[in-house]
Amino acid sequence: MNELINYTLQLADNSLILGHRNSEWTGHGPILEQDIAISNIVLDLIGQARNFYQYAAVLINNSTNQQFNQSTTEDTLAYLRNENEFKNCLLVEQPNGDWAKTILRQFFFSAYQFYLYQHLQNSNDETIAAIAEKSLKEVTYHLRWSSEWIIRLGDGTEESNSRMQKAIDDLWMYTDEFFEASSYELFAANEGFGAGVSLLKKDWMKKVKDVFDEATLSVPAELKQQIKWFGKEGKHSEHLGYILTEMQFLQREYPNSIW
Amino acid sequence: MEEQNSISNDDGNNSPSGARGNEWPLWEIFIRSKNGLDHKHAGSLHAADAEMAIENARDVYTRRMEGVSIWAVESKYIHASNPDEASSLYDPANDKLYRHPTFYDLPDELRNM
Amino acid sequence: MHNQEEEKIFLDKIDKEIKIEPKDWMPEQYRKTLIRQISQHAHSEIVGMLPEANWITRAPSLRRKATLIAKVQDEAGHGLYLYSAAETMNISRDEMIEQLHSGKAKYSSIFNYPTLSWADMGAIGWLVDGAAIMNQVPLCRCSYGPYARAMIRICKEESFHQRQGFEILLTLSKGSEAQKQMAQDSINRWWWPSIMMFGPNDDASPHSKQSMAWKIKRFSNDELRQKFIDVCAEQVKILGLTLPDEKLKWNEERKHYDFGEINWEEFWNVVNGNGPCNKERLAARVKAHEDGAWVREAAAAHAKKNPRPLKGRLATV
Repeated sequence: MNELINYTLQLADNSLILGHRNSEWTGHGPILEQDIAISNIVLDLIGQARNFYQYAAVLINNSTNQQFNQSTTEDTLAYLRNENEFKNCLLVEQPNGDWAKTILRQFFFSAYQFYLYQHLQNSNDETIAAIAEKSLKEVTYHLRWSSEWIIRLGDGTEESNSRMQKAIDDLWMYTDEFFEASSYELFAANEGFGAGVSLLKKDWMKKVKDVFDEATLSVPAELKQQIKWFGKEGKHSEHLGYILTEMQFLQREYPNSIW
Repeated sequence: MEEQNSISNDDGNNSPSGARGNEWPLWEIFIRSKNGLDHKHAGSLHAADAEMAIENARDVYTRRMEGVSIWAVESKYIHASNPDEASSLYDPANDKLYRHPTFYDLPDELRNM
Repeated sequence: MHNQEEEKIFLDKIDKEIKIEPKDWMPEQYRKTLIRQISQHAHSEIVGMLPEANWITRAPSLRRKATLIAKVQDEAGHGLYLYSAAETMNISRDEMIEQLHSGKAKYSSIFNYPTLSWADMGAIGWLVDGAAIMNQVPLCRCSYGPYARAMIRICKEESFHQRQGFEILLTLSKGSEAQKQMAQDSINRWWWPSIMMFGPNDDASPHSKQSMAWKIKRFSNDELRQKFIDVCAEQVKILGLTLPDEKLKWNEERKHYDFGEINWEEFWNVVNGNGPCNKERLAARVKAHEDGAWVREAAAAHAKKNPRPLKGRLATV
């Protein structure tokens, strides 16, 4: 049961934290139309997070060994857990940087989510399967949108190409985490409610290479820096603490209030 | 907002558009709101290319389930009739009432026609 | 045709409530008035995103976060519709943005006030959007077709904005003492700036008369302001909170609420750039635009190099 809860929370946390990051663009996008576009993606991601949190809350409230004193809701999960309880991967908490870095972060994540949710549609957990199926439509669009932007920027101007290449150098090292299974992901894959993440790597890599080829961008030959800690196990970069401080402040400052 | 009307001494800029190089082209967006209906002009937006125009249209004009199909046409390809010629273009249709079914006087007993 | 004849046709159309369309003849001053009004309206939507976006990352629940983002995003859409309407009058969006950034064009002063607490999301929705709607509904019948059509779309979408604002305040007003205070404080700060949104008193509003004659405007500033105050004075009772005006009192004779003196000095001060956030708001817009320059340039360059649609080259997407 704990594994199912953790697995669900991880799916929720990934979407929430990336949505949170992207939402920092709202009002500040490079052009009005793209401000609207990225805000739409934010709304999709927050919607996914809410679906998964709501499911996790049901699981927690039904489980005999209650982890929380009060009744758990989507908001207690998002707003009252600490940094080390969040299970999102490191990539999604990375700062926005410029438009190139934001686009690349979205592309890496959407490509991962795309193959992940294809598997999760067939999860033997009906709720996860249903959420994955609904979300896959959104993710398909996010992947298309971010792929096109990768190509525009890679193949655009000299400046945009070098900004893309720099973004790749900055973010590439975080992508391995997708495919390194945590204990609850291994359990999930064995039990059939989750996906074997290491199996997603091949498809993901092919997708990235195809789009990068079209964009005249290249994948780094080898990892300059191997990440030895993993967000999905609750070990984060320094960034997450700031995200949560900001996100959770009202709930923490005024406990037990209704908003 | 009314306050602005009254305060600015600026008279607006009236120079022709498109003079500036880097602005993305303007597109006219047509949306089919339901299967079986015509595409209808929804508005316009800026986009660098056709895909982006369609995607922007999706985000801008169908946020509330307003559409099932989108057409995007670069505005410069739209040719509009000249309002000065309106009378010569459209008035001649006014006296051709025989094109309309109500023009014909038929007995009420006649059914299914 | 002579101008006189054209002007007669134009005025005739106005008289008969026939919309003026982009290619129709129109007096130069009509065009200029509209460009100024529509572009300033568009700028207000875009700058207006900032005070609310300020709270997106701090929204206190996931539901509130999603609705706030959707609302701010709508404002971007509204700015876009309005820029498009102005673009039918031979001015480019770039030119309008330049006018905003150089300070030549104004935007609604209300957005130069800071958002200091979560309750401000409620007060903005209820009061600022409420005042905006009061102004905007008559614009749906504006004589210029593209503007009227944009306004119809905007008004349809706006209806959820005010409701979500009121709901935020209502929830706070039923909450803890601290939440109630937060709501009252917010109303205290936003009330007067909101009623200033209707602009100067009629006798101090020089352009109004011509705009009314051309049916760009349908009601005077003071008429709309009175209507707004009458509505809010009743609505605030549902919140169990008060409006910060000791002179606010129902006048049975006038069938309207009487209200206190507006501080026009503050109004003009903010209009003229000395409000609490004028510099920050403009700086944020300029920064977004400048930071985005290379992005816009890259996409344009790519489109130029690749006339073939992207999709054909992206088989798997």
